Amino acid sequence: MTLPTRTLLTLIGEAALESKLVKDLEAFEVPGWTISDARGRGSRGVRRSAWDNEGNIRVEVICNTELAQRLLAHIRNQYHRDFAIICFLSEVQILREEKF
Amino acid sequence: MGWDPVVMFFVFGLLAGLSRSELKLPPALYDTLSILLLLAIGLHGGVELAAEASPVLLWQTLAVLALGCLLPVIAFPALRILRFSRVDSANIAAHYGSVSAGTFAVAIAYMLARDLHFESYIPLFVVVLEVPAIIVGLLLAKGIARDTDWRSLGREVFLGKSIVLLLGGLCIGLLAGEDAIAPLAPLYTSMFKPVLALFLLEMGLIASRQFGSLKESGIRLAFFALAFPLAGAGIGGALGHALGLSVGGTAILATLAASGSYIAVPAAMRLALPEANPALSLTASLGISFPFNILVGIPLYLAYAEWLIA
Repeated sequence: MTLPTRTLLTLIGEAALESKLVKDLEAFEVPGWTISDARGRGSRGVRRSAWDNEGNIRVEVICNTELAQRLLAHIRNQYHRDFAIICFLSEVQILREEKF
Repeated sequence: MGWDPVVMFFVFGLLAGLSRSELKLPPALYDTLSILLLLAIGLHGGVELAAEASPVLLWQTLAVLALGCLLPVIAFPALRILRFSRVDSANIAAHYGSVSAGTFAVAIAYMLARDLHFESYIPLFVVVLEVPAIIVGLLLAKGIARDTDWRSLGREVFLGKSIVLLLGGLCIGLLAGEDAIAPLAPLYTSMFKPVLALFLLEMGLIASRQFGSLKESGIRLAFFALAFPLAGAGIGGALGHALGLSVGGTAILATLAASGSYIAVPAAMRLALPEANPALSLTASLGISFPFNILVGIPLYLAYAEWLIA
């Protein structure tokens, strides 16, 4: 069975950014998103999810490639300089094509 | 009188964290405990306020508001002299102009344990002190003209968790009055200290994690974080005395002026002033000043208040 493909945009960054990111996602009219708490370690040190101020979140969005790349560019321009945030794209196979 | 068990819980948390123990409290518990504490303080204040509201309160509130604007203006040049960048200085100054609700809760418990009277409407001062420092801090960092999103910042500041909970508690206490609130009274009588003890255990664990970044930020930051609470307490205590507060009230106002925010201000400043290094301000307010105020500061500020009034 061959399934249709879409782009998955995954973003891991400071929990403090959540409200801003949600506003961005709404402005870009993405079809939907999922946010979860995350923890880990990167160039900005250990990020625990145990406490509001130093927690991380993981945001996942499935959409078409063009939209994902526009979002990626926006995130690079807005947040990369001052915030702990990483972002990457991958191709995923999906069910119910009309949802994305 | 033995050691204060509530403070020992804090030391216990610090030691457990520093020795890298496995001890970890669930994140939801920290939230629950801080909500309980803030609501209890608000309710208690509201109930008492219903009994002793007076027009003097308005003047006192305005004076405390001015204190909130003054503290960051003093902290900023001190930090500049210590060779912090303009943005970092403004950010740290905003933290110290604002207050720590955790330190406030410990100060309240300290006064209650000694049967010292303090003005019931003190929680109102916490609410008033929380806001202006953030605005003054931003003005110090960027001036008025630049691209600050004041609307979303305003929401962040005025509808932040601690302000909403304190004000909500105050209003409920005020409207319900003492008799109706009686079934909830354990929140601020018998339950207050156990909740505070657990809260401080978690705060000890959190504060111990800040010590790691102390090595990077160095001696200048440690100096500021120990010296500024003393200066702040000096000013806060003098203001309390000038406003005619009781010994307990003066000591609490001194404690408020000495403390630095580690919840509301970091969240607001992170978004409003992202160029500032959050590790500096958090290490100072949470890693150094918070333990200092809990362990040494509060008894010291009480002695100062007693000296002022005598």
